[in-house]
Parts: sequence; structure tokens; C-alpha cells
Amino acid sequence: MLSTFYRNAINSSLRNVKLMDTGEGRTFDRTDDPVQDQPRALKRSLSKEDRVYEAAAVAGGLSTLVILAFIGFFLFARSSLVFSEVGWGFFTSLSWRPDASPPEFGIVAILYWTVIISIIALAIAMPLSVLTALFLVEYSPRSLRGPLRALVDLLAAIPSLIYGLWGLFFLQPHLVGIARWLSDHASFVPLFRVNEPTFTGSAFVVSVVLALMILPIVTSIVREVLEQTPPGEKEAALALGSTRSGMVRSVMLPFARGGIIGGSMLGLGRALGETIAVAIILSPSLIISPRILETGTNSIASLIALKFGEADELSLSALMAAGLTLFILTLTVNFIASFVVARSRSGAGVDA
Amino acid sequence: MRNLSQTQDETLPGDTPRSLKNWRIDDFSLLAGSAVAAISTTWVIYTALTPATGKTGFFLISYITFLLLYVMTCTLELGKQNAFDNMWTVLTWSAALLLLAPLITILLYVIIKGFAGLNLDFFTKDLSATGTLDSGGGASAAIVGTLQQVFIAVCISVPLGLLTAVYLNEVKGRFRRPVRMFVDAMSGIPSIVAGLFIYAVWIIALGNVFSGLAAALALSILMLPTITRTAEEVLRLVPDGMREGALALGATRWQTTYRVVMPTAASGLITAIVLGVARAVGETAPLIMTSFGSTAMNANPLNGAQDSLPLFVYRLIANPFPAQQQRAWTGALVLVMIVLVLFTIARILGARASGKRR
Repeated sequence: MLSTFYRNAINSSLRNVKLMDTGEGRTFDRTDDPVQDQPRALKRSLSKEDRVYEAAAVAGGLSTLVILAFIGFFLFARSSLVFSEVGWGFFTSLSWRPDASPPEFGIVAILYWTVIISIIALAIAMPLSVLTALFLVEYSPRSLRGPLRALVDLLAAIPSLIYGLWGLFFLQPHLVGIARWLSDHASFVPLFRVNEPTFTGSAFVVSVVLALMILPIVTSIVREVLEQTPPGEKEAALALGSTRSGMVRSVMLPFARGGIIGGSMLGLGRALGETIAVAIILSPSLIISPRILETGTNSIASLIALKFGEADELSLSALMAAGLTLFILTLTVNFIASFVVARSRSGAGVDA
Repeated sequence: MRNLSQTQDETLPGDTPRSLKNWRIDDFSLLAGSAVAAISTTWVIYTALTPATGKTGFFLISYITFLLLYVMTCTLELGKQNAFDNMWTVLTWSAALLLLAPLITILLYVIIKGFAGLNLDFFTKDLSATGTLDSGGGASAAIVGTLQQVFIAVCISVPLGLLTAVYLNEVKGRFRRPVRMFVDAMSGIPSIVAGLFIYAVWIIALGNVFSGLAAALALSILMLPTITRTAEEVLRLVPDGMREGALALGATRWQTTYRVVMPTAASGLITAIVLGVARAVGETAPLIMTSFGSTAMNANPLNGAQDSLPLFVYRLIANPFPAQQQRAWTGALVLVMIVLVLFTIARILGARASGKRR
């Protein structure tokens, strides 16, 4: 920021010097040596060392772009086999049966469940993480802030494998009780209806575990944005007689809206791509249904993890195509998310 | 906040200094009273009216009842606006407390389940001579594999990540914005996609076999964005004056970065690396298709299938035999401990890094 300012100032003064020089010619040129008053070319001449250094840094910086392009390219190249075999059927067919003749590969049902479990996970995680972020920024006693922040970070550092084990063995029995109760007493909601009273490995159980896994990332992004609320506006609201909750709702939440949306989308991206925890818990199903409490759900990432070991060449190519779909999906979601977050940070006129 | 007018009505202003505490006995009694009432109501509902639905259901229903009762009593006692304000306070507190619940139960559950299998054999023996029903044997092959794979991944991703961070924050090149966006996007790449990519390139296209190196390549793709982002943030904390000072003294840009900026940010940079390692240690999905896993010790990461702790746990937990499951839980415990230790190191170093400048 500051350095930009200086650079601009120097540039504009340089421009003035040049203008004077070219304008009136050399009328006020009184020196004997005509070489001396030539404006020095302000060329950036780097030493050899620096040229190597900058080139290396540029190469490092561009490596990210190259890796991403490579991932897309290779997944696409490897999935060409299945596209030539089943064509657009890949995006319209429901069944995934490598052993049928001819083999059938359709991603629709799997994609459906992937999106459903991610959205439910987000629906659970978003209010929780906004409240937690508010707590961290506004409500908590100052002494609790540091430790709590560390705990949120720790929650993000726990491997997804551990989440999966815990979800399957510890959380699921508890959730099954809730699911049964919901299906008994709240079945007027179509979402909570079940055909068979089996509740393990359902979209609901998977979503709750996913929600816990994306909570830290959403919380930390919302917290970051909330922290940038201009204190003057907060104080103004309080000084006008607002209660704390009134201030939160009229100043902080509107200010952080972009961050909340973007953070949630980043969380959604994480949920879409989560693999092992989901693969451990779910029981695969290829039926599209709104019954989220019932056994049977699916996700692209866990499909790849579970089917990889038994894949022949064609179904491997189908898995690559599934991976490509997932890659494009998460990349799109993430791009939109980081765009929204970045805009909400800079658009508010606060230089982060 | 809200009781100003009340207190002034009761006592003369300036008579006794107003207590600056936000909490008064009324607030507490409202809260405690609602809680007790809610729990007893739920208990009645549970025992008398509907069939029981387990502890979680009890907890949920009593929480909802508590919230309703609390808001109602607060409305009667303090008015609508204050009741609403208090409800928000309670909601944020409970969200934060709820966050602790999974953390504590995860740690406790893994410790309880895994502790029984923790002995010296677990660290010194592998499973090549152990049948599925036998006790004994251990995860030495997995531990060696994890160490090697993570080490190689660090060797690849740390230079790349630091270079990218330097590019973003020191060189400030033309592609700064797209690179930053792509690093962000890369941090969201599903781990399984990274594994598939390495499988497609390293194993199919280049014709290599499953190996620890392939796993390390996949892991470094996953570590790269974590390291880059954290390192960039740390570099941003280095005051510009130090850079300008170094350049004014005639240092080249490389010397400025290497001799001035990086040493200043050293502990923060190590935090970045440790966080990246913590992310890579627990990754399972990409290893399925890169290092594949094995029961025997393979100390050569360049050739042949290699085991690692996450794979060890993932493979054995699916096994119906108790001895194998026990090993899986112990493996999970070791994994969690490694992550905890790494995380603590990162926190301590990070605290030192930010403490220096304040």
C-alpha cells in the first residue's frame, strides 16, 4: 500500500521531469557537459543473482498453475476411454455397473447424493460456525479467545480418517436414535420419511460428520471477516442505544455477508471432495430418493476410493471421469468462493 | 448496557460506584431456573409421554425447551428486546461449547479404544508373520512408510511452497492475483483427485510401480497450498522497513529475502511447514492408489508397495477380527498423537513468531 504510493509519487515526478525536458528544449540548460543533464534511464537492472532468484520465484509461483492444468489434462486424457464407450450417457445414466454387459457407467445418482450430503452438511455447519465466529469475535471473554481459536484449528487438523472412525463407531449409534425419532414423529416432512426402518450409513449420518469437518474452515473465514468490522460502526450502533444482538445483526452480520457466503462455499467445496470419512460411514446406493434418514447414500470421492481396487481398464477410466467431474465441481465452487471472499474483504474499504 | 436507567432509579447517581460487572444474580437465576425447568420438563416428557429416544434426544429436547423457557422468562422479566439479546448470547455460547463436544469425544474415544494395544511390539514389528487372529505384530512397516513418505513430500513441497510464497509477497510478479487464486483453489482439491492424478501420470503414463515416492508426490500436492498460504501470511507480517533498509544498504533482492526477510519470519515459516506436515500425515485417500499398502516392511520408498499409518488403520478397521481392529485403533491413536504433537509445535512456534513483533 505504502510502497505503491511512493512508486506512484516517484513515477509522476519523473514524468514531470521528462515533460519539462522535451517541452522547452534546452533553453535553461547552462551546463557545459551535454551528457550530464540527460535524464538517467530508470531501468531496473538486476544483478545476475537476482535474475536467477526472480526467475526461480516466478517458476515456483507458476508451478501451482501448471500442476492444476496438468491434473485437469491427465484426468481428461484418462477418461476419454469411457466417454468413447458410453458417450454422454455418463452424465445421464443412473446405474454404475462395471460387470454388466455392456458395462454401464452413469454418474447422475452419485452426483445427486454428493450434492445432497454436502448441502445438508453445510446447512448444519453454517449457522453453527457463524455463531461460533460471533462468539470468538464478540461474545467470548477475552481470555477464552486464544485457546478457543486453537481448538477450532485443532479440529481442522484432525485427519479425516479419524473423523470417519469416530463417526462410524461413536456418533452413528447416537444419530440413529434421532433419525428413528424423526422418522416416527416428523414423517409429515417428506425428507424424514423412510421406506425401511434402517438408519445406519444414511445421508443424514454422513452429513453430520461432514458438517463437523467443514466447521473449522467456515468458522475461521467468517471470523476473519467479522474481525474486520470497522470498530467505529460497532461503537456507533451501541452508542445509539442498540443492544449487543442488535449491533451484531445490524452492523456485523451485514458487513460479513460476503465472508459468510464465501466461507460457506469453501466449506461446500471441502464437503464435496471429502473422501475417507464418507467412504468409511456410508453404505453405497444408486437410487435417487429424498429419504435422507434411510440407509444408502453415495459420493463421488468415496466411489473412487471404494471401487479403485477392483477396477479394470474401462472402469478405471470411468473412475477417472468421475474424478474429473469432482475436480471441475470443486474447482468451480472454490473459485466462486474465493472470489466472493476476496471481494467482501476489499469491497468494504478495509485493507486487509 | 441495559440496567443503567434502573440502577439510577434505585440509588442516587454518584452515591455508590456502579459495579462494572455485566452479570448480576438475576441473570444467573434466570439462566439456572430455565435450565432446571427445562431438564425436568423433558424428563417428564421422556418418562411419561413418548417412548425414550436415547441420551442425544434427551439433550436436544431439553436444550430446545431451555431456550424457549429462557426467552419467555426473560421477556417477562426484562422486556422483549433484552430477552432477544440474551438469547443471542446463549446461542453463541452454546455453539462454542458444542464445538468442544466432538473434539473431546474424538480424543477420548480414540485414546480409550487404542490404548490397550499400545506396547513396544507395535513400534518394532510388522504384520508379515502375523495371522489375522493372532495377537502380537505391529505397525513398524506403517510407521517407517509414513515417515519416509512425509519426509519426501516435505522435500518436494517446502521449496516449492516457499518459492510461491516469496513470489506472492516479495517478488510481487505480474501473475500474483491468478497465482493466489489458484493456490486457494488448489487447497480445495479433493485428496482423492490428487491421488488419481499421480496414478494417471506416475503409474500409468510413466509406467512406474506403486511406491512410497508416488504417495509422497500426491501428498506434496496436498501440502503445497497449506504451506504457501501460511508462509505468505507470515511473510506479510515482516515490516516493509526491513526490506527497504536492506535494499538501501545495497543488498540485492535475493540477499534481502534470504538474509533479512526469511530469518525474521523463520519461526512462522516453520509453523507453515509443520501445519503442512500435519495435513499430510493423516491423508488416506491418495495413498490407496499410490503406495497401495502392504503388511511387510518395505524400507525402500522408491520401489514397491509401502504401508503407512493411515492405510494401516483403514485396512484393518474393515477387518472383522478383534485383534486386527485393536491394531487399527492403536494405529489411530498413534496418528492422533502425531498430529497433536505437530500441532502443539506449530502453535508454540507460531506464538513466538507473532509475539516477537508485539
